[in-house]
Amino acid sequence: MFRPTMIYALLVMSSPASGQSAMTAARFARAVLARGHTISRVFFLDAGTANGSAMAVLPRDEIERLVPWVELAERDGVELVLCISSALKYGMLDETEAKRYDKPAGTTHPAFTISGLGQLVDAAASADRLVTFGG
Amino acid sequence: MTGLERKRLLLIIRHSPYGSSLARASLDVALAAAAFDQAISLLFAGDGVLQLLPGQDSGPLGVKNLGRLLASLPLYDIDQVYVDAETARRYQLDLAAAPLPARALEREALGELIAAHEHLLGF
Repeated sequence: MFRPTMIYALLVMSSPASGQSAMTAARFARAVLARGHTISRVFFLDAGTANGSAMAVLPRDEIERLVPWVELAERDGVELVLCISSALKYGMLDETEAKRYDKPAGTTHPAFTISGLGQLVDAAASADRLVTFGG
Repeated sequence: MTGLERKRLLLIIRHSPYGSSLARASLDVALAAAAFDQAISLLFAGDGVLQLLPGQDSGPLGVKNLGRLLASLPLYDIDQVYVDAETARRYQLDLAAAPLPARALEREALGELIAAHEHLLGF
C-alpha cells in the first residue's frame, strides 16, 4: 500500500519535570520516524527548554527523560533546538553561552543546540505538519 | 529571509497575560513569524481573552506590560486578530477598548477560521 511520507516539525513547550507532555512528544517523534516520515526539527520553547538539561537527576524508579531525545538526535539525526531567550531564562546554557554570560558551567546536553525563534518559523514553513506539545 | 515558503499560521492563545510565561512567549513567536514574512493570525481563546483587557498596569507585578506589546503588533503587520466571542462575553470584556483590535467570532466561524490555516500553534 502506498503511504505518502510527510515532513513533521515539533514544538515542545512543557518541562520533563511536569506532566507527561514532553515524553509524549519524544514518543511521537519516534513513531513518526518509524512510519517513514521525516522530522525537520524539534523546537523547545519556554519551560520545554528544560528537556535539554544534562544536569537533571530523576528518582531511580522514574523513566529516563533525556535518553529518548539524545537517541533521536544522535542515531536518527533529528535536529533539537532550544529557544535562546527561553533557554537563558531557564538556565539552559551550552558552553559558549556559559562563557558569554560568565557562568561557571554549561548545563545543556550537546545533542541540543541553542538558537533563535527563526528556527521555529523556518521549520514550520517547510513542514507539512507542525505538532505542538504542552502549553 | 528570502526563499522561505509562506504558510498560513494560526496562533491559538489561551494563557492569561500575567499567569504564565507562555503568554509572552506566544507573542514572541508571532513577532518572529511576522519578521520572516509568514501569514499569521492570532486567536485569543479561553483565559487568553484576558490579554485583551483594557488599561493593563503590570507595574506592581514588576513585569513587562503585555497590553503595550499587543498594541504594537499592527506595526509588524500582525492585524489578523480574532477572539472567541462567547468567552469574551463571559468575561464581560470591552473589546472596543482592547489594546489590540480583535474581531469577535462565534463558534461556527471559529471552525472556519481554523480550517483556513495550514498550521495551528496552540499556546
